[in-house]
Amino acid sequence: MSADAPVRTSADGSQETSEVFRGTADGATKLTDSKSSAGTAAAAIPAFVFGEELADLADHDPRIVVLTADLAKANRAVDFEARHPDRFFNVGIAEKNMITVAAGLAASGHVTYAATFASFCALLGAEQIRTDCAYPRVPVRVVGHHSGMSMGFYGTSHHSLEDIGMMRTIADLTVVCVSDANHLRGVLRASVDHPGAMYIRLGRGRDPQVYDDVPNIVFGRAIRLREGNDVAIITTGSEVHPSLRAADELAARGISTRVVDMHTIKPIDVQEILAAADQCGAVVTVEEANRTGGLGSAVAEVLADHRRAIRFTRHGVPDEHVLIGPPAALYSHYRLDVPGIVDVVTNTLQGD
Amino acid sequence: MTTVHADHDRAAGMGSRDELIARLTDRAKFVRLETVRLARIAGAGHYSATFSCAEILVTLFYHQMRLRPSEPRWADRDRFVMSKGHAAIGWYPILGDLGYFDPTLLDDFTRLGSPFGDHPDFRKVPGADFSSGSLGHGLSVSVGMGLAARVQGRDFRTYCLLGDGELCEGQVWEAAMSASHHKLGNVVAIVDRNQLCIDGFTDDVMKVEPIDERFAAFGWETHRIDGHDLPSLLDTFAALPPSSHSAPQLIVADTIKGRGVKMMELSLLWHVGNLAGADYDAVIAELEAGLQPLEVTR
Repeated sequence: MSADAPVRTSADGSQETSEVFRGTADGATKLTDSKSSAGTAAAAIPAFVFGEELADLADHDPRIVVLTADLAKANRAVDFEARHPDRFFNVGIAEKNMITVAAGLAASGHVTYAATFASFCALLGAEQIRTDCAYPRVPVRVVGHHSGMSMGFYGTSHHSLEDIGMMRTIADLTVVCVSDANHLRGVLRASVDHPGAMYIRLGRGRDPQVYDDVPNIVFGRAIRLREGNDVAIITTGSEVHPSLRAADELAARGISTRVVDMHTIKPIDVQEILAAADQCGAVVTVEEANRTGGLGSAVAEVLADHRRAIRFTRHGVPDEHVLIGPPAALYSHYRLDVPGIVDVVTNTLQGD
Repeated sequence: MTTVHADHDRAAGMGSRDELIARLTDRAKFVRLETVRLARIAGAGHYSATFSCAEILVTLFYHQMRLRPSEPRWADRDRFVMSKGHAAIGWYPILGDLGYFDPTLLDDFTRLGSPFGDHPDFRKVPGADFSSGSLGHGLSVSVGMGLAARVQGRDFRTYCLLGDGELCEGQVWEAAMSASHHKLGNVVAIVDRNQLCIDGFTDDVMKVEPIDERFAAFGWETHRIDGHDLPSLLDTFAALPPSSHSAPQLIVADTIKGRGVKMMELSLLWHVGNLAGADYDAVIAELEAGLQPLEVTR
């Protein structure tokens, strides 16, 4: 954790307007020569490493192919295309076809990464993910980027607050949320030989650094980023970073706060949830997703199944189509920023 | 080891065209009889949509396709995607007959724990290359397989059997666009143009014609034949350009839904049904007599 990493937004809270976010960065933009507007090294920006990492992996693995649906610049699949043009396929604006074509490739010996906005793969392509990837248990990695409400004022059509809940009800589908660039590299490396289909949920590509180094990812095993005994925050994806910052503030107030990166939503790490319940006595889940059916619901199921009656709060987006606004304003409004998380945790401990 | 299937035919002395057509005629009868038998085990089955593609299936599997039944995952085999998955009831008997699995396994068709459902699960059925059942997906699967062949430098073809009603699914046209864009001459789509979907004639429910012209406009090379005429099927498949060709291939096979059983031909009543008692016996006898001249027209 780099303590001084910026929290997800520019100073004025406006919608991110960088070339990467807008998808206008050309293929010549390289890791070595770019920094974000906030001065973050490009290597720490997820949007810059997706294509690079897959290209690195593909150098040594002829099975890897990458598909996208007219978003090769936004998700940096262009970096893969530049190095492996024969194993890159752009299907145009046809996400259902993309996912099923990926399945056909996967049924023929390939490990396929099919990437587009989360709303257009997890929601528009949900049946293709279920019927053509998970049910046949073929190694398709559907990569949904710009997930949650990170598209801000682009609106509900471009948000995917439902994807965690939808994807985790699909049998034989591994569901993983990515929190930063190093984490993305770790997830991609671990995914190559993972059996069956996966849904990999990315943020908007500007997520601040959480992991100083590439973590060794074991799907289904959470990562405890911060020890603590008074309360545990179980979080995932884009909310890991603000949860760690919130834990800092809570610690300053004398509240010992555990932080768990529950990167794998399915299969979920039952033992880590029970450890949090038993050792802390209070659990708050934090996610950039609809509270209905998401990480919080998954954790609640574990707590109920194992008869843990503890203080517990599911913190996420309420069951509504969110307001129009730039991302930072939305995170603040829905209390998914650092002050909001601090308040929710404090209320959980004070509640009756 | 069982050799490439087409070679197996020739090695077994099936070289003459008349003998080949006689054999395929017999196997098409076998497909229809087995469909009726298996539907009775299940208590319901997709008779008429299977009868319409019987000649297509046997021409592919007993002659046209490059297969090794003893090696179901042979990397260079031709692929088959049953996009109209509800016709699997007539496809399973072929796979069992070819030796992909013990055909007696079909005696428990659709019973609890059987590998064989009404729609195929390729994780359970040796010889099947993909699962299906949700219409509109198969051509996309085939495009993926065609791309895989190219990436891997293999010359196999992928044959995809679609229904005509299925062409209403938008994903078919996404796939059609991508097949020609990526110049996949190794993809061969066959449309079983049996004229009916569940609620009526496709011309009444949702027009799908002109199928060949629509695909041609999407960059496909098209062929249109009588899908029950074995010589036409044999000749059309034989004349396909090599898999390295730059344009995907479409065969519109004009067929009769329910072909082979008079009461089912172009009938809306037998998309799913259950023959019982004297009806069952009468249909078996009718099928044993072979295809009779067509009486229905549309």
